[in-house]
Parts: sequence; C-alpha cells; structure tokens
Amino acid sequence: MKKVKVYVTLRESVLDPQGSAVMGSLHKMGYDEVQDVRIGKYLELVIGESERDVDALVDELCNRMLANTVIEDYRYEIEEVVSQ
Amino acid sequence: MKFAVIVFPGSNCDLDMYHAIKDELGEEAEYVWHDTHDLSGYDGILLPGGFSYGDYLRAGAIARFSGVMDEVRKAAEDGKPVLGICNGFQILTEAGLLPGMLMRNKDLKFTCRTVSLKVENAHTLFTNEYKEGEEIRIPVAHGEGNYYCDDATYQHLKDNNQIVFTYAEDFNGSRNNIAGIINDRGNVLGMMPHPERAVSDLIGGTDGLPLFRSIVKQWRESHVSHA
Repeated sequence: MKKVKVYVTLRESVLDPQGSAVMGSLHKMGYDEVQDVRIGKYLELVIGESERDVDALVDELCNRMLANTVIEDYRYEIEEVVSQ
Repeated sequence: MKFAVIVFPGSNCDLDMYHAIKDELGEEAEYVWHDTHDLSGYDGILLPGGFSYGDYLRAGAIARFSGVMDEVRKAAEDGKPVLGICNGFQILTEAGLLPGMLMRNKDLKFTCRTVSLKVENAHTLFTNEYKEGEEIRIPVAHGEGNYYCDDATYQHLKDNNQIVFTYAEDFNGSRNNIAGIINDRGNVLGMMPHPERAVSDLIGGTDGLPLFRSIVKQWRESHVSHA
C-alpha cells in the first residue's frame, strides 16, 4: 500500500481572490511581512496493490479529475505504508 | 421538439427549465436521471443549474463523469443543441465540451440578481430570435461564474464569434465580461445567467424566451426542409 499526498494549487498566472482576501486580512492584523497568500487543496489517497506504475496512475488521476489543468497545477509525494 | 432536462444529484434549476419548455414554449420535456445511457430519443439536451454533487472538488468536476455525459458528448457530436446553464456551463467546461473554466467570483460573493447582458452573436441556433447588440435582462445566481481562459483560447473564441453573451457591467471578474460561449461547431452553448428564470412577466421579465424559441425555430426549419 502507498499513501499519496496530492497538492493542488492555482497556476501562478491565475489570480487567487481567496488568497488575496486572506492576505488583506493578515495585513490589517499587522503582519506586513506576508507578501503573498495562495490557497490550494490537499488530498490524501491510499493506493492498494496494483500492477500499474504509481506515478503514471497518480498523474492520470490528477489530469482527469483531481486538478483542472486549465487553471491548476499539482504535485504529489508518495509514501510507503507498512501494513500492521 | 423533445428536450431532455438532465438531473444530477444537487441540480436545482431543473424544474424551472422544465417549466420554461413545457408551459411557456409548449414543447415536450422530460427529466432524465444522470445515469441514463440513451439520449437518442431527444432533440435537444439541457443541463440545468444547481450544485451537482455539492460542488465537491470543483463545480462540475464529479458530474462530468456521470454515465449520461458520454451520451451528452455523443449528442453534441451529432449536432444536437446542447445548452448548459450555470452549473450546466461548469459541467460542460469540466467535460471539455467548452473551453476555459469558471472560477470563484472575484469578490468571493454569491451574486443573485438580474443583470444586463449584451447579445454579441445573434447568428447562432440559440440566439437567432435576438438582435445583435441587443441588451437583455436575465437573472444571475452564482458564486463561481468568473470565466477564465488563456490568451490563445480567448483569441480563438473572438476570431470565431464564439462569445455569445457578455455582461454589460463586470461584477464577477469574467475575462472580457464573458457570460456565455458556444463551441466551434455552434451547437453547444454554456452560459452563467438563467434564461429559464426570465420566461414570464409575472416573475420579472421574458427576455429569456427568445433563446428557447431560437432553438425550436432552428430545429423546425431544419426538420421541415429534410422532410
């Protein structure tokens, strides 16, 4: 079994209205050193035994459904899960 | 003319759509559940607004994998009129039947009010009953209607007259005020405003009626000439 941590973020070229609102609020609170806030999504998948290459599989899942590559980028980390 | 009103879990404008077709236009309409695998008996396909699958992940991201979507794609390839309104538009972009994407409104607010639209292209099967450049009043009700596409896509839409409706005034951040677009072939229209909510003077206006009349008129003409 493998645990896959997927991070989906808005592309750099795309404005993030939620991130801007949060940054504005942080500035009002006095945290002037915050220069940018981008809000994304974090997903955890557990992948069972499969003949398929995990990277190829996760890329396919991300491209088909988990991210919309018109506006989003994704990256992921794979961890081995030791069954107990 | 017989329309299918596709119903997903979480659709909530399906009744309005049905009412517009059946009661105001006097045409046939049937509700079609999202796991249907045959739309061959319908002449037009309507994807209503709402919050299919709770807008989980992204608006339309889950609905686009419903069983019926293969059939919607087939209907589009066959040249049948396919109209997606609000969440229906979001589903069509997620499915890749229309380019671009609907993002969160720039002010993060859900906006529910009647707005002015400009008819940018009155030479489509959806808009032939409007005048080009005409301003119409149609309600909007969405939190994610901020149309985004890259420069190349925008240029393509512009060069091919695929921008059908624009907002008279920007309120959600849509690129060049885009409110509705059609596909290359001209038989798939997606729009965020709700023409099905503007079909009776009793509830504030009838500026949505010509859109539905256009579809029926076009269909009648093509079927009479083939008869």
